[in-house]
Amino acid sequence: MIHPRGPRPTQITVARIGLYAFLISAALFFAVPLYVMIVTSLKTMDEIRLGQIFALPLRLDFAAWQTAWAGACAGGECTGVRMGFLNSVKITVPAVVISVLIGAINGYALSFWRPKAGRLMFGLLMTGALVPYQIFLYPLVRAMAVMGFYNSLGGIILVHVLFGLPLVTLLFRNYFVTIPEELFKAARVDGAGFWRIFIEIMLPMALPMIVVASMFQFTGIWNDFLLGVVFAGRDNLPMTVQLNNIVNTTMGERNYNVNMAATILTAIIPLAIYFLSGRWFVRGIAAGAVKG
Amino acid sequence: MHSAVSIKDLKISYGDHTVIEQMSLNIAPKEFLVLLGPSGCGKSTLLNAIAGLSDITDGEIWISGENVTWEEPKDRGIGMVFQSYALYPRMSVRKNLSFGLRVAGLPKPEIDSRVERAASLLHLEKLLDRRPAELSGGQRQRVAIGRALVREVDVFLFDEPLSNLDAKLRNELRVEIKKLHQQLGNTMIYVTHDQIEALTLADRIAIMRDGVIQQLGTPAEIYHRPANLFVAGFIGAPSMNFIQGSIERDGNKMLFKAGDLTLDMSGYAFATRPQACPVTLGVRPEHLSIRPEAGDTALHAAVSVLEPMGSDTVVWLTWKDTTLSLRVMGDLSLQPGDVIGIGLDLSKASLFASDGNRL
Repeated sequence: MIHPRGPRPTQITVARIGLYAFLISAALFFAVPLYVMIVTSLKTMDEIRLGQIFALPLRLDFAAWQTAWAGACAGGECTGVRMGFLNSVKITVPAVVISVLIGAINGYALSFWRPKAGRLMFGLLMTGALVPYQIFLYPLVRAMAVMGFYNSLGGIILVHVLFGLPLVTLLFRNYFVTIPEELFKAARVDGAGFWRIFIEIMLPMALPMIVVASMFQFTGIWNDFLLGVVFAGRDNLPMTVQLNNIVNTTMGERNYNVNMAATILTAIIPLAIYFLSGRWFVRGIAAGAVKG
Repeated sequence: MHSAVSIKDLKISYGDHTVIEQMSLNIAPKEFLVLLGPSGCGKSTLLNAIAGLSDITDGEIWISGENVTWEEPKDRGIGMVFQSYALYPRMSVRKNLSFGLRVAGLPKPEIDSRVERAASLLHLEKLLDRRPAELSGGQRQRVAIGRALVREVDVFLFDEPLSNLDAKLRNELRVEIKKLHQQLGNTMIYVTHDQIEALTLADRIAIMRDGVIQQLGTPAEIYHRPANLFVAGFIGAPSMNFIQGSIERDGNKMLFKAGDLTLDMSGYAFATRPQACPVTLGVRPEHLSIRPEAGDTALHAAVSVLEPMGSDTVVWLTWKDTTLSLRVMGDLSLQPGDVIGIGLDLSKASLFASDGNRL
């Protein structure tokens, strides 16, 4: 007989083995394609033709990356994804900042000031979020054309802000309703108004949610293809659209190494953001669940 | 002399639900008024209405002689302390205290001197640069009181300020609040569901139920001459003993009868001279006593449970179908099952008619 004393010994159970098996296979599911892309992008075309997609490159060759960045051809132009990168930054950064800011104001107003038609507005906004946005494309194109926004940088930013608002508003509303209302009342007794309470008290408290909303928005807008094609216009095409044009342009053989490199270049920014702010992200997600 | 706070024909309702039907209440300058009642009785709603934090349906609110019914909270000359402290979490204690003054645009030296004064009154000097998260519950509530203090207003509103604290801190802070009131002489309106807080702090208590004030009076009046059965049962722990019976007239005597128990109520100060009718007799546990002698014993009852509380002991008795409690000194030797003779101090008893009101 073993006399139980001290911490319970850890045991390897079937459930635990199953858990690890699942986690490892899930990780491989995402990691293997990434591995193939990276090694392929570093190979020469001769090496790729051998067909050993899992093999490591014989020697590192960054030529494909250079071509992808600055020389790959899409249609008649051979400028790589460089221009698209710049366009994506010009579209994404303002669209993220504006949508997060307006969403935060919406969420704050809805949870604390309770405007008369607030519930109705919120309901409509959520309905808007549930309707597939392809439905809005044609009317929106017509409306933008009438307003003179169609095919412009301002136009595509506006479209992203509009489509981002339901989610961002929902995130902030759900965050702010967990903050005790007495805090808001105390600030009112102290004489602070709508903007003062928002900027000095609520916004600093909402920092984790700002991070989460920004990341959601950044990833969504950076990865967007459809809205970019439709609304951005030829001069402002985002990186995703240019990537598509490069990958789908066939002149002679397909340059798999260049395509892989261009794809990684396009995906690297959101990826990097997740890696750098993962801790904040988790904190923000959890922040909605527990009280202040 | 005008009232510090005056409520005239106040009505508050949300949709079909009426929280306060019609209420009028005058609070004198420097008075400490406690609004006491069970949860959901409308006491916090009333306080929020006085602060201007919730909308009213009808009526007027006057503070320091001005009609503030339509004024913003900041213009009403009030400071408020909340149950959850409601400190601004991203600001230091100093910033928390000065926030309202900065919003009001006061000159910096003035802000500093007011913050210093409040901090020294509440012993917060060493905590000024800390964040709320680095404070204990009692310290947080002192900061919250300080935030009301720096506003230098006539009227303080407290919304269950001690309910989130543990028992020991609650007692300490209760004394501090009373001291503060004696030092500052402000008008204070204090909402609580804790009868000990109400009895110890108040100049006057307003006991509320379902949005209606049941009785407004000094703690002694409320305790010794409860206006109805609700007040009698709500105040006092253990609560008042109730014996169902009837009043009968026998010549010049008024007799209370319950089964074979007959008590002479001639010493009772009847508000109106009652006819024979069913009544409830109320006697506080400390007005019951153990009588070893047979002569002045009113009834005999069996001990069911003993609750020693250190300084005294509460004895629970069963008499017929009625449970009675009795408070005695701590060093009494009794066992459950003992049958003891009980005497009643009828001069301090209360009689309630069948509609619940005091006779």
